[in-house]
Amino acid sequence: MRLINRRPDRSLWLILAVLPFLALLIAYAAGSAVRLAENPADKLLPGLTAFADAIDRMALEPDKRTGDILLWVDTGASLTRLVAGIAIAAAGGLLVGMLAGLLPLARAALSPFVTVVSMVPPLAVLPILFIVVGLGEASKITLIVIGVMPGLIRDLMLKIDDLPRQQLIKAQTLGANSWTIAIRVVLPQILPRLMDSIRLNLGPAWLFLISAEAIASESGLGYRIFLVRRYLAMDVILPYVAWITLLCFLMDWGLRAAQSRAFPWFDRARTGQ
Amino acid sequence: MTTRRFLAKITAGFVAATMLAGSFTLPAMAAPKKEFKLAWSIYVGWMPWQYAAEQGIVKKWADKYGIKIDVVQFNDYVESVNQYTAGAFDAVTVTNMDALSIPAAGGVDSTAVIVGDFSNGNDAVILKGKDKLADIKGQKVNLVEFSVSHYLLARALESVKMTEAKDIKVVSTSDADLVAAWSTPDVTAVVTWNPLVAEILKSPDAKKVFDSSQIPGEIIDLAVANSAVLKDNPDFGKALAGIWYETMALMSAKDAAGTAARTAMGKASGSDLAGYEAQLANTRMFFKSDEALAFVRGPEPKATMKKVAGFLFDHGLLGNGAPSAEAVGIAFPDGSIYGDAKNVKFRFTDSFMAAAAEGKL
Repeated sequence: MRLINRRPDRSLWLILAVLPFLALLIAYAAGSAVRLAENPADKLLPGLTAFADAIDRMALEPDKRTGDILLWVDTGASLTRLVAGIAIAAAGGLLVGMLAGLLPLARAALSPFVTVVSMVPPLAVLPILFIVVGLGEASKITLIVIGVMPGLIRDLMLKIDDLPRQQLIKAQTLGANSWTIAIRVVLPQILPRLMDSIRLNLGPAWLFLISAEAIASESGLGYRIFLVRRYLAMDVILPYVAWITLLCFLMDWGLRAAQSRAFPWFDRARTGQ
Repeated sequence: MTTRRFLAKITAGFVAATMLAGSFTLPAMAAPKKEFKLAWSIYVGWMPWQYAAEQGIVKKWADKYGIKIDVVQFNDYVESVNQYTAGAFDAVTVTNMDALSIPAAGGVDSTAVIVGDFSNGNDAVILKGKDKLADIKGQKVNLVEFSVSHYLLARALESVKMTEAKDIKVVSTSDADLVAAWSTPDVTAVVTWNPLVAEILKSPDAKKVFDSSQIPGEIIDLAVANSAVLKDNPDFGKALAGIWYETMALMSAKDAAGTAARTAMGKASGSDLAGYEAQLANTRMFFKSDEALAFVRGPEPKATMKKVAGFLFDHGLLGNGAPSAEAVGIAFPDGSIYGDAKNVKFRFTDSFMAAAAEGKL
């Protein structure tokens, strides 16, 4: 049988899927055991008990200095910034994307500009951002918006271009004006694609959030990671990384679920069922 | 090929890959060896390492002891200390505080081979439009959290009977962005080091209200080496001392060679001769080994390390579940120990500097 036709059955699929995770765990455990045998206080690859201690300290017990439970404070701060940034980027991206995608006049004014702006590396303009919006929450949310929004706009413009022209002509034949076409024909077809686009941009959004928190902050998941990096506390950093990964996964999954619930037709069209 | 055999093969592959990955993560092994690596980062008191490497002084002393010393520059100070702690380097340039909180608290027994200098004004507390330290009350203070700046702030607050928890709020800010941060209206107080201090003080509303010359001898710049490596290879420590004091003599000379050395160090640190000499003026360099000896044998390091250990413990930086500020033992040249004598991980020694002073290198 040719290799391209060999399909794993259900149990083999599961085993193959688990294998890389298992290999990573074994590699970690082996490396950690070797280093801990040499130096029981090793900070680079701490053992499981060190993780348990760190999680207990960060997630369950109030901090000695502030009396807050740090993991929840950090998570709250980071999620607030992230959700605010993504919400603004999505709303702005939808508005500008619709305008530029539908109206040739708006496209002429916006499209070249957005294309150029989307090429600017957001982290390179951070000092300017600080001077304009200050060091507080606004700068972190703005960084996410600047980082994510141009991509969303360009993606939506492309998606609007992909809509069959006949639909728009038909709507015009039936007497719809520009506004009605935008709201009744284009918007419903664009919204699920916007959700796709947001899902793909979750990674960059986190990246910008963590970069912003690393630079100036009092709380947040990225802040904590960069803070404890100062004394190589991998026992805190690795659980935080796992937690961020989980949050990111849950957000992705939530958007996917919301999308198939709100736009079942879109989901069916994609999976071809 | 059955599924089972297929699986067995894959598993074997993964195990092999895993073991390979494991072998890369071995800590620095103590044994006689011939090649050593020193990590350094840009700071006024550490520029001589770079200059010594460029001028062949490192090679000269390494050759004398039949070893090889690699001097590697890091752009990121914390990363250099972390790499040393992880075992990738045998020695690193580090401050006394970070040597205690990163390698020593991480179980990596470290010895201060060279006590190079202490900050004598290079670190400062700066307020915007206010000229008294007491005015810091109620402000947000931007600094690199858990760095020597944070320690300086704690000592400054102590001097006016304030505490970090009650009177101010620390905002952790990357040193790379502090100067840009200063120019924004919501940043009104910063603690940082040179050359950033000089840059910030250029703005007319910046007022220096406290600096490290008010706590002389407490922020010490060292070259530390892994104690086990040093024990098995004392020649490495001797070579470091030889390199250091030859470079010190060169850079402190009043002649053209001295000026050339200082100019080169200034340029390498992104400044010039004038800028570098201004930083040197705020640094108490121990150009001569007997000056460093007198300092390290004196009472200051003991008193300082006690304060530093207390600060680190208060901020939870002495390791998980450290029961007290005395959890990590610190040994001094006279044999006395601060803290847990069974867990000495940070050692001040005079042996290499004494050998240099006595011309026994």
